Amino acid sequence: MASLVLAEHNNSTLSEATARAVTAARHLGEPVHVLIAGSGCGGAADEAVLLQGVDTVVVADDPRYAHMLAEPVAMLILSLASGYASVLAPATANGKNILPRVAALLDVPQISDVTRILSPDHFERPAYAGSVIETVAAPDGKKVLTVRVSAFAPAPSGGAALMVSIPPAADPGLSEFLDETPALSGRPELSSAKIVVAGGRGLHTAENFHHLERIADKLGAAVGASRAAVDAGFAANACQIGQTGQSVAPDLYLALGISGAIQHLAGIKDAKVIVAINKDEEAPIFGIADYGLVADLFQALPELELALGK
Amino acid sequence: MKVLVPVKRAVDYNVKVRIKADQSGIDLANVKMSMNPFDEIAVEEAVRLKEKGKAEEVLVVSIGPKEAAETLRTALAMGADRALLILTGEAVEPLAVAKLLKGVCLEEQPGLVIAGKQAIDKDAGQAGQMLAALMGWAQGTFAHALDVEGDAAIVEREVDGGLQRLQLRLPAVITTDLRLNEPRYASLPNMMKARKKLVAEKTPADYGVDVRPRLKTISVKEPPRRAGGIKVGSVAELIDKLHEARVL
Repeated sequence: MASLVLAEHNNSTLSEATARAVTAARHLGEPVHVLIAGSGCGGAADEAVLLQGVDTVVVADDPRYAHMLAEPVAMLILSLASGYASVLAPATANGKNILPRVAALLDVPQISDVTRILSPDHFERPAYAGSVIETVAAPDGKKVLTVRVSAFAPAPSGGAALMVSIPPAADPGLSEFLDETPALSGRPELSSAKIVVAGGRGLHTAENFHHLERIADKLGAAVGASRAAVDAGFAANACQIGQTGQSVAPDLYLALGISGAIQHLAGIKDAKVIVAINKDEEAPIFGIADYGLVADLFQALPELELALGK
Repeated sequence: MKVLVPVKRAVDYNVKVRIKADQSGIDLANVKMSMNPFDEIAVEEAVRLKEKGKAEEVLVVSIGPKEAAETLRTALAMGADRALLILTGEAVEPLAVAKLLKGVCLEEQPGLVIAGKQAIDKDAGQAGQMLAALMGWAQGTFAHALDVEGDAAIVEREVDGGLQRLQLRLPAVITTDLRLNEPRYASLPNMMKARKKLVAEKTPADYGVDVRPRLKTISVKEPPRRAGGIKVGSVAELIDKLHEARVL
């Protein structure tokens, strides 16, 4: 038996989330297969073939998979599931959407947001917004897991997997894609960026948030935001970091005007170096920041921009 | 159209949870409990659909101990019409929740189920999708906006990197994200009125569902603590430190 990883991709390129989920799958000790469901997804499949540790890339190229709608993709995975001991997906919006549907159809419990694989049936996962780490044992039978992308290193390139094409599975025709509004930034992906510059309510205005974006661009960084900043309309939803947003694991995390609610800290715990700039010296973020600067952002931001411009 | 909203009684989001000394779970003695915040958003959305004339009835369901009746009364005070409590002892896993809700759906035939995208205790985020799977219905998860027109729902979803709009055939399951709406407060007069309303009770046996947990919790522990670092005096000093640490 093998492990099946549902790939995250945009048809032409593979997302780094897939390479990280492959690393998680390898901890299960079985051969790893990667499923590329998409439309015109040859580019993504070619990249998956190169991931070290992948045995086989299974490609289902069909218009019905163009937008990764949960109903047809779950049916596709179900049609393959008898050949696999485990099914994994990165805990991205797609993985979180599709995999519970698969688990229910297989009548097995899903383990969400796995941060560590201790053995093929023992897993660690965060609960209560990351306040606690649970170790759970899954029953015998198929394992269905979503894995927290920031908790696993990406599998390197340099492999040579087999590629097989498979026909599409039945499409229940329950939903239809209408359109999408990308929060286009041209910046690195939040979940895999080396540097993340994030802002909170302390920035006060969307205008100041643009200031932060200029700093991010100087550093080649991704832009993140606390829930408060997103709710205030300073930043797009896609920027949100924390319990209900994304988790990040950059080398450097700059928290500007972020107080550090537990829900936010849950999303940045894998960052290597955390820098906090905040006016309030009692802010909880200073309790975990490697470097803290108590300062008024409206002075610190321009200084920072100037210093980085050199 | 009838709208069904599952609500969970969870540890209040302001509470800092404490782990039991034997690491077997969370200490829930004397801890403030509230309706899961995502479920409040779901109740609000259902009530708004009724106010817009797009739904006739809002039925709220909770699966949990008898105290969960209080959570249901909060939902009634927000404007739900009817409440059903499925009495269970210990925590029920998402798959069993989905199976119980399937039983309710078969009895009640709702046109739409609106559920929270996750409960803030277990953070699993599974029950809605699992219910949609078991019913063979469409799902619209992480909803940011919702509209119902005839036998279809248009849902705008929060996905990685933007927003996506889907059309779902009804009946369907929607799960709510944070920005779908701002839930109303249940006013005191409405809370008083809700106290007098009937909360129907059932048991898992009524639906023929085995709710015994299938996952075994081995331990619950605190995550490794990050030690705080140092304070710097100026932006210039900060930049120097970051160069020293080789992260710039």
